[in-house]
Amino acid sequence: MSEHVSSLKLYIGIWITLLIGTLVTVLVAGVNLPGPLNAVVALTIATIKATLVVLFFMHVKYAHDKMTKVVIVAALFWLAILLALSMADYTTRLWA
Amino acid sequence: MHNSPIATADQEAHQNPALLHHFATEEQQKDAASLGMWVFLATEIMFFGGMFCAYLVYRYWYFGDFGAGSQSLSVVLGGTNTAVLICSSLTVALAVRAAQLGQQKVIIICLILTMLLGLVFLGIKGVEYHDKFVEHHVPGPGFHFPGHVPGHPDIPINQRHAQIFFSLYFIMTGLHALHMIIGVGLFAFITYNAMRRRYGPDYYTPVEVAGLYWHFVDIIWIYLFPLLYLIDRSK
Amino acid sequence: MATAVLQSGERETYLNKEYGIKSWLLTVDHKRIALLYLVSITFFFFIGGFFALLIRLELLTPAGDLVQADTYNKLFTMHGQVMVFFFLIPAVPAVLGNFLIPIMIGARDLAFPRVNLLSWYLYIIGGALMLYTILNGGVDTGWTFYTPLSTEFLNTHVVTAGLAIFVAGFSSILTGLNFVVTTHRMRAPGMTWSRLPLFVWAHYATSIIQLLGTPVLAITLLLVVCERLFHLGIFNPALGGDPLLFQHLFWFYSHPAVYIMILPGMGIISEIVCCFSRKRIFGYTAMALALLGIAVVGFLVWAHHMFVAGISLYAAMIFSLLSYFVAVPSAIKVFNWTSTMYKGSITYQTPMLYAFGFIGLFTMGGLTGLFLASLGIDVHVTDTYFVVAHFHYIMVGGMVMAYLGGMHFWWPKISGRMYPEGWGRLAALLVFVGFNLTFFPQFILGYMGMPRRYWDYSHSPEFQILNVLSTAGATVLAVGYVLPMIYFLWSMRYGKPAPDNPWNAAGLEWMVPSPPPTFNFEEQPVVTWEAYNYDEIKEEVPVAQ
Repeated sequence: MSEHVSSLKLYIGIWITLLIGTLVTVLVAGVNLPGPLNAVVALTIATIKATLVVLFFMHVKYAHDKMTKVVIVAALFWLAILLALSMADYTTRLWA
Repeated sequence: MHNSPIATADQEAHQNPALLHHFATEEQQKDAASLGMWVFLATEIMFFGGMFCAYLVYRYWYFGDFGAGSQSLSVVLGGTNTAVLICSSLTVALAVRAAQLGQQKVIIICLILTMLLGLVFLGIKGVEYHDKFVEHHVPGPGFHFPGHVPGHPDIPINQRHAQIFFSLYFIMTGLHALHMIIGVGLFAFITYNAMRRRYGPDYYTPVEVAGLYWHFVDIIWIYLFPLLYLIDRSK
Repeated sequence: MATAVLQSGERETYLNKEYGIKSWLLTVDHKRIALLYLVSITFFFFIGGFFALLIRLELLTPAGDLVQADTYNKLFTMHGQVMVFFFLIPAVPAVLGNFLIPIMIGARDLAFPRVNLLSWYLYIIGGALMLYTILNGGVDTGWTFYTPLSTEFLNTHVVTAGLAIFVAGFSSILTGLNFVVTTHRMRAPGMTWSRLPLFVWAHYATSIIQLLGTPVLAITLLLVVCERLFHLGIFNPALGGDPLLFQHLFWFYSHPAVYIMILPGMGIISEIVCCFSRKRIFGYTAMALALLGIAVVGFLVWAHHMFVAGISLYAAMIFSLLSYFVAVPSAIKVFNWTSTMYKGSITYQTPMLYAFGFIGLFTMGGLTGLFLASLGIDVHVTDTYFVVAHFHYIMVGGMVMAYLGGMHFWWPKISGRMYPEGWGRLAALLVFVGFNLTFFPQFILGYMGMPRRYWDYSHSPEFQILNVLSTAGATVLAVGYVLPMIYFLWSMRYGKPAPDNPWNAAGLEWMVPSPPPTFNFEEQPVVTWEAYNYDEIKEEVPVAQ
């Protein structure tokens, strides 16, 4: 089977990046940013970390078929539907 | 289109004993297993997603009380656990790599390390749960969470709203921990097989597929950590 | 083509390959698993039907005189839960889908045969939990489990009912997973996506819904169980929770669930209509895309079940608009079936009678859905018998008729026997007449204002005549359902042995013997023809024996 084998260096590099990301998340949380920025920053870093895990640890970057990516995108899209349309109710309840 | 190679009814003499009878080639079997695990992970995203929806609604409604609840969790323990899981993701990725390269001893070492790190995570989680129990932050009749909303010394914490935070905390981390336990069990079984030299460059599908599951559980925690531990930490 | 022969001289089939209970309970053959499901879901269908009969008996008179109010609540709850989760959701995919999909795509089995068996065992465990619940006094929350009634104020077996459905839900998820991976990875050479029978497309679309929707139901039921056991307050307004959150999460699954129930039926109808019109389906691509469209858009409309529950008016308007959109792909399908029949060479065997019934009744049910999607009308008819009639038109007039049509169409393939055609047509007629007599009066009752889930309507005795008609219809319907059970069983012993292709139909499943051998094909087929190639099949449908 001709599967792509990632280098040790790559794995170690991703690992260190993930740890640094965690540290940054904790440090930024202690700083009072205006509005919802604290949450935005924390979730953005979390998303970057998750993306790195998906692409490199889970080998999606080297996947030879499209279906893997379709499945991931579909699941995230469906989660977005659940969250967005539910919040459409909650955020507009007091409008009328 | 994914071309299926031709199989015949008398193809019972398999070269690879791991090839199941209804597949034509090992590649078809591997692709099916891999797609199957990814589809399963998609269902898990929706499973946890329901709870994230509940969390989102109540964080929107009760931000202050959620902030107070979040501050009572230990960032040190939570952060350490995040690091522990990240390390375990590395060891599992290295285990798959070792299988691809046929390094039998490395496979076993990495799998054992993964399980150990998983158990460390669960141990720390146990400590955290114990702390919550001792502090009377466990939802139920004994729940007691005095104090004020972070940044607002004049607003006392609403006990019912705070209890919802802790309910979500326990259910979300509890479900996550359950998935970790299942993962450790899965790897125990795979380590046993690795010790019997079942895996190598020709066949390492179970290692890879279990690895996908483990990475997913790690990703869930990557989101749980800031969402539960880092709400409004600056006040 | 060499066929395997047993020592007795008989041709080897999946039925006679091995005997004994272990060979059935530990089978990984998708065809045997389909039969295991057939027995189980038929069992639950009759249990759900029994509750329905009791409901209709109570409603014969305006006073609540047959059962007590609490008992009546249990009757409609158990009817709904058993029918939805243990019959409607699994029936077509687990029986006909399991049996036919591998053969239709030219494979030897599904991608994960052992997971398939696990699916059945999960269904059985869920079913056992549900039986336990029923035998211990049942549950009276309504099939919808609304909180805080279900979490705080009832002392019935909500936890076991919730767990039963939780477990059955995983059966559904695994079936969907199997179908998706199978369709992607196990198609025979030449079987491209555009040559797939619409039956396969329908199950693919259904599986998407099963995979992405059911987990949300699972977590919601888990939260209800936790809430009930530990009094958490997540859905309880007295403790700061929001009962509407439960409804959002519940309906996020339960609306797409109705498409899980109907899409496989639509797949069946496409197969039957083409065969008995001797024509290729009109607009194959549109039909396939419509299936996917229903699956996707069906996820965007759930709060139309909550218009009067207290959601914001703006959200209600969005969901109302989206609910109108979801009717479009369904309408496309109805137009295309009709266009397929136009200038076709139509014969009226039993499967085709069910197909005609489906097309008419599904259309009526679907159109009344549009009434309900309109905010103004919904306020008037919500929680009345109008809604009850609407969903029974689709579920019973649609899905159950499609299921019966499919069972008749593929019975020769599954059992190797022909059912008696005369009795088949009689049963189809009884089902059609009984169904309309049962449920059409309910549209009128609902419009007149009769609320659903009410055990006593003595304040409005003018409702009685329509209720009596409805109950009379239910009796006819029951006869129509029992008849196929009898003659299918009869046919297994005394029915005429079926040829490979009794209908001269198109499709790979008709090119294997009836019943098929265990591994379906002696050699993997290589497909070079398009789906529904009736223009190449010169023979007509054989006339009824």
